[in-house]
Amino acid sequence: MPTNDTSRVKPERRRLVEILLGGGLIASVISFVYPILRYLVPPPVADLGGDEVVACKKGDLKPNSSKIFRFGNRPALLLLTAEGEYRALSATCTHLSCTVQYRNDLHQIWCACHNGLYDMNGRNVAGPPPRPLEVFQVNLRGDDVVVRRKQGA
Amino acid sequence: MKLLQQAYDWLDERLDFKDLAAPLAKKTVPMHGRSYWYFLGGITLFLFMLQVCTGILLLLYYRPSAGEAFESVQYIMTRVQFGWLVRSIHSWAANLMIFTAFAHMFSVLFLKAYRKPRELTWVTGMLLLFLAMGFGFSGYLLPWNTLAFFATKVGTDIAGQVPVVGKWIMIFLRGGEEVTGATLTRFFGFHVAVLPGITTVLIAGHIFLVQRFGMSVPPEVEERWKAAPAEAREMKFFPSFFLRELMAWYIALAVLGALAALLPWELGTKADPFAPAPLGIKPEWYFLFMFQTLKLIPAKVWLVDGELLGILVFGAAGGLWVLLPFFDGAARGRGRRMILGAGIFALAFILVMTVYGYVAK
Repeated sequence: MPTNDTSRVKPERRRLVEILLGGGLIASVISFVYPILRYLVPPPVADLGGDEVVACKKGDLKPNSSKIFRFGNRPALLLLTAEGEYRALSATCTHLSCTVQYRNDLHQIWCACHNGLYDMNGRNVAGPPPRPLEVFQVNLRGDDVVVRRKQGA
Repeated sequence: MKLLQQAYDWLDERLDFKDLAAPLAKKTVPMHGRSYWYFLGGITLFLFMLQVCTGILLLLYYRPSAGEAFESVQYIMTRVQFGWLVRSIHSWAANLMIFTAFAHMFSVLFLKAYRKPRELTWVTGMLLLFLAMGFGFSGYLLPWNTLAFFATKVGTDIAGQVPVVGKWIMIFLRGGEEVTGATLTRFFGFHVAVLPGITTVLIAGHIFLVQRFGMSVPPEVEERWKAAPAEAREMKFFPSFFLRELMAWYIALAVLGALAALLPWELGTKADPFAPAPLGIKPEWYFLFMFQTLKLIPAKVWLVDGELLGILVFGAAGGLWVLLPFFDGAARGRGRRMILGAGIFALAFILVMTVYGYVAK
């Protein structure tokens, strides 16, 4: 008969060993997994340009035309209406994040990906977009057309 | 818990775990005074698995081009959380892995574990050692720092001096006449795709052979056991030896963690292909003994180019080393003594030349 029959060890003492071993194992697994999880999260990208950017010079745009400019890390749309009024909006479609464009034939903002349409104020008027485009504030400062995020938006 | 049990039962019904694990349950490890050398192969395997994991993590941020490589490693080390740790572990584990692989090779040699029927285990092991050095050589360049750039220039230049095919090998390695961004792209491809693929297949073969033949018992111990069979001791592989192996892995991990945390691997300065080479360009330590030997050989030995002679001798020695077990059989005692002598000489030579390489200016 084998004398070191493990089934005869008192259960409460085996429990202690199990807790110590298991606890140690869990602790070390956590210490391996935690740095890896933190590593997987990419560091935040510096927001280039901040809240205000010079979109173009006065006179760069003809009436009823537009241009895409860089606002922070995202594209934005500056358009000059036929009446000579500047408007700036986010160029990221609220549907699936394609970049929209101004259609001077329709006088509407159009997303080519899924045929979404916004009016000149960024309201979603046709197609799949669920929300209006974010509208930015446009100021003229000397020769510069300055676009900034609306306060509280 | 019940769900787990059900899942286990479902799989067991189809796969029959007991039958699958039968060879593992039967496997034993001989116990004698030198049994601890059996751990080295497992530790090397553990370090390799660690390299795969940390390598995949590095791939998430690394960019393999001359313009971005250095900056991306810098980004990993300064901006990514725990990035310094991941890269340090990758670098340190690489060095430790080559060290344990060398130690494993010499322990197998001195314990005569290469002898029949284990010749092929030795051959696959030697190929794996060469692959490990290839990993080291290709990985060294990837951060695109000054030291690595010139070490790669020298290393590929040496390969270029091999007669007949040398020039072709050099151009193949460099992706052109010079070490450029094209070299970086190639080395990256070797390091993360070609070498891991071949290595994985060879490791599988190596481990299969180890399982097939079981652990080798040194001839001295074998004779003693034959004379007195009652003295023979063995241990079940699972769980007894396996748990001991796990402890060895834990210790390896502790050493690695301490090294990586206390001595983070340096990045150096970005490589500039048009700057003169700085003082003290040296390869990684595991190439140092060859590098130092090549430096010592005179420029001309009789009519042969000194460098070329060195390369040919090292090439021949490496080739013979792979075939070492096949010299064991022929003239029984003499062959074995010759191998032992060669092993002692090689170990002494590598140690002396490595130390000399470090001390020498």
